[in-house]
Amino acid sequence: MKELSRLAVLGAGHVGPVIARLAIKAGYPLAIATSGDPEDIALITELVIPGARPQWARDAVADADIVILAIPLHRFLDVDPALLSGKLVVDAMNYWPATDGVLKTFEDSGSSEIVSRRLTGSTVVKALNHIGYHELEDRARLAGAPDRRAAGVAGNDAAAVATIAGLVDRLGYDPVRLESLRAGRGLQPGGPVFGAVLTLPEFERAVREDARSLA
Amino acid sequence: MTYTFGLDTFGDRNSDAGGTPLSHAQTIRNVVEEGVRAEQAGVDFFGIGEHHTEYFPMPAGDVVLAAIAARTERIRLGSAVTVLSSDDPVRVFQRYSTLNAISGGRAEVILGRGSSIESFPLFGYDLADYEELFEEKATLFAELLKGGPVSWEGKTRASLLNQDVVPHTESGPFPAWIGVGGNPQSVIRAARLGFSLALAIIGGPPARFAAYSQLFQRALEKLGRPPLPVLVHSPGHVAATDDQAKGEFWPRWRDIVTLMAAERGFMIPTEESFDRETGPQGALYVGSPETVARKIATNLRALDATRFDLKYGMPGLTHEQLMTNIELYGHQVIPRVRELLS
Repeated sequence: MKELSRLAVLGAGHVGPVIARLAIKAGYPLAIATSGDPEDIALITELVIPGARPQWARDAVADADIVILAIPLHRFLDVDPALLSGKLVVDAMNYWPATDGVLKTFEDSGSSEIVSRRLTGSTVVKALNHIGYHELEDRARLAGAPDRRAAGVAGNDAAAVATIAGLVDRLGYDPVRLESLRAGRGLQPGGPVFGAVLTLPEFERAVREDARSLA
Repeated sequence: MTYTFGLDTFGDRNSDAGGTPLSHAQTIRNVVEEGVRAEQAGVDFFGIGEHHTEYFPMPAGDVVLAAIAARTERIRLGSAVTVLSSDDPVRVFQRYSTLNAISGGRAEVILGRGSSIESFPLFGYDLADYEELFEEKATLFAELLKGGPVSWEGKTRASLLNQDVVPHTESGPFPAWIGVGGNPQSVIRAARLGFSLALAIIGGPPARFAAYSQLFQRALEKLGRPPLPVLVHSPGHVAATDDQAKGEFWPRWRDIVTLMAAERGFMIPTEESFDRETGPQGALYVGSPETVARKIATNLRALDATRFDLKYGMPGLTHEQLMTNIELYGHQVIPRVRELLS
């Protein structure tokens, strides 16, 4: 069997640990990092994310095939794009002014498109952003389970989207590929699937109807 | 093990039996009656959460708590939560130490953010500064609680040098908690600053928070501090039967979450999701006294917590339905949970 990708999760807040636990359960080697000293999250890692390695962000990223961004979006603006250069980056963040306040940088376009423009040396895929952290772990199911739900994967690079679709599948959701970050706007707050945990047919119908209403 | 049980409200706007909303003023007067009834029913704590909206007209809970304090003798009274980041910690301390004086030492405070953000634009704060605001203000609040002159420097309010802040409490710090909704770093902060931990569990399986409770005690241990209590805050509604409780609560919950969904851009909840949340794996405590008591006992055990606060009510329920909820909670749910845990 092909070895699983090495993951780095950036962010140890509400979302990062949930994604990390799912990934560890699926067998991925995984490091977790914040903007600070790994020692600060050693206890969190031990008790809340057992199996993860706390590291400095630069070390976690250097060793990783896939980097998952799970930090507050306003903190993303402080991230040096060079840190993520050459990496496949999953943008699990959201621009959600109704709960997090307005950020001028993100007012004009899809948030992952803006993230991608800032990360000039990286390949960005939008995923794992639209199911709430309260539910993401609880609703995950093995492939083929009758009550399995769907999750969107959007990006401009088809190979990268395929890789992340594989990751999402292993984490416990039927991946639904969207052909561009532009199309990934449907996964954002205000979009047709945000905050919902839908089956594959429900998900596809919601996205289709939304596309029709925008046409 | 001593367990305590509370009721929390956000000042959820009442309706009359015909579905017509009552005024904000009447809703607030009803909350006073509900607090008094909670004491009569044997509830240990009555909490009021800060909100600033049409459906939750409750920005000055401490004033309401003072009215309840004047008519009660035993029940503890506190915020659930105070949005500390958009308030002044000195004023919060002064208001709650005044409440502590009025009530003869029954005040508490839970500091946090809650799920609402209206106070930030209202008082001129930027949500992007949330972390710094909370960190600084919680640090200052911890100093104020100790009593005695306070010296503090920071960016988010005027610095203090050997400042005596009145009124002094009569018997040391009153209980203070930090409300946490799922960020483990907030758990660490509560331990670091010496606050007790309030777990706000409003969706998904409550047992997943067990790791947070362990994290809190381990963090205290590492700091060389004695263990501190953990409380669980969750929404619910108690009526005579499961069907009646769900029948009363579901349309009101659906309406308010639908409204929030439109404002915030997420999918409207389905009856299926409501059933999940009211089931054994969910975060809503909706049902008969027996159903609710069993769920509370199970989760207090799973989370190694010693206090449970039921956030009762929902905009559109009647004052009478809330009074029934309070009586069933006090007279039936609490004794039954104690029995189940003994």
